[in-house]
Amino acid sequence: MDKFGFPEFLFLLQGLKWTVLLTIISFVGGGIIGLVIALARVSPVKTIQRAATAYIALFQGTPLLMQLFVIYYGLALMSFNIDAWVAVSIAYTAHASAFLGDIWRGAIQSLPKGQIEASNALALGYVSRMRDIVLPQALKISLPATIGFAVQLTKGTSLAAIVGFVELARAGQIVSNLIFQPLLVFGVVGAIYFFICWPMSILGSHLERKLSLGY
Amino acid sequence: MFLWPKQGISLNKLNYSIVIERWEDLLNGVLFTLALSAAGIFLALVIGVVGVAMHRSGSGMLRVPVVMFVELIRNTPFLVQIFFLFFALPLVGIRLGPTVTAIIALAINGGAYSIEIIRGGVDSIPRGQIEAGAALGLSRRQIFGDIILIPALRAVYPALSSQFILLTLTSSVCSSISANELTHVAQRIESETFRSFEVYFTITGLYLLISWLIMAALSTLGNRHFSYPNQ
Repeated sequence: MDKFGFPEFLFLLQGLKWTVLLTIISFVGGGIIGLVIALARVSPVKTIQRAATAYIALFQGTPLLMQLFVIYYGLALMSFNIDAWVAVSIAYTAHASAFLGDIWRGAIQSLPKGQIEASNALALGYVSRMRDIVLPQALKISLPATIGFAVQLTKGTSLAAIVGFVELARAGQIVSNLIFQPLLVFGVVGAIYFFICWPMSILGSHLERKLSLGY
Repeated sequence: MFLWPKQGISLNKLNYSIVIERWEDLLNGVLFTLALSAAGIFLALVIGVVGVAMHRSGSGMLRVPVVMFVELIRNTPFLVQIFFLFFALPLVGIRLGPTVTAIIALAINGGAYSIEIIRGGVDSIPRGQIEAGAALGLSRRQIFGDIILIPALRAVYPALSSQFILLTLTSSVCSSISANELTHVAQRIESETFRSFEVYFTITGLYLLISWLIMAALSTLGNRHFSYPNQ
């Protein structure tokens, strides 16, 4: 192997498959837990609210790489018999849940108070108030930031390369080490990331503009 | 795939003393990370201001490269950017060593985000304010500096601060090109002691401390220089 040919490109695409899969799993998992975190963060119970605040502050105040290391080695230490790749997914899910939780918390709190007062006046219970009144509106407001985070998460999965998980960035490293053409290989890897993230970024800023116009 | 612990949870086997013994290395790592981040933040701010000035210059020759730079950097991972710089620069004859490469990578990455944030602030300046400056006979440079840039920086200061804290946290990725910052110190201690969890747990706490420190520093700076006197 001395030049960048089709087999090398195919190897990068193999890595891309894991990048996409890891992103989807952690975004969906992080979304489900993130919803719980967001609801806990706006909970009227002070203890629950503080716990959610601490959870978010912990993940926003430490590097993603450290979160990855601590969860990765922490799970191993607790002798959980799991795949490296399950451990990495758990780490990214936890990371995503804190950030999505905070984004959605912001959206929930940005709703006019009258909405909640009106739903109280209509004697709606907590579940109905959240499901029918608060969350649908909050989701719309938070959409640009949520998509922005999806871009961050896609790029963030590249750090799994450092713990040895063979996704796109790691595949690039391997190919680069084999054919000694880092300029070309990391250029191609960067281009692949770009063409995944760029459309999402465009969609995000398009929605943001639409939202700021008020429809 | 997900099984219960085989030998029960072995948290009682943790040993932090090995990590604490290396406090001098850890302190050096913290200081290195702080220095790396400070340099990165300063240069990112410079790139941000210059980029916005170029973007507003009215010349497409200056604007298009800025837009392309911002989009390119914001849509590719930092890890790939730093690898590209680290391995590509020597090929064109530029040898900088890991520390300088790390600072450049952080500055470029943070700079792209700064351009985007400051541009948002500049867009929020009402046209009337700029026209008022022109009516008072201020020069183009005075208008950009005093009428547009300073109020814009004040408006986006909180967003800029959280971006700079993110930059500080991102600096941990510079360990991958063996820049001698905190994460790299951690990896060295880990490879000598095999105490992975204890090492990284401690380092995570130190990063939390670092981000609080930088947050406090930025908000002091903001209160002093980037807030309106009557607020």
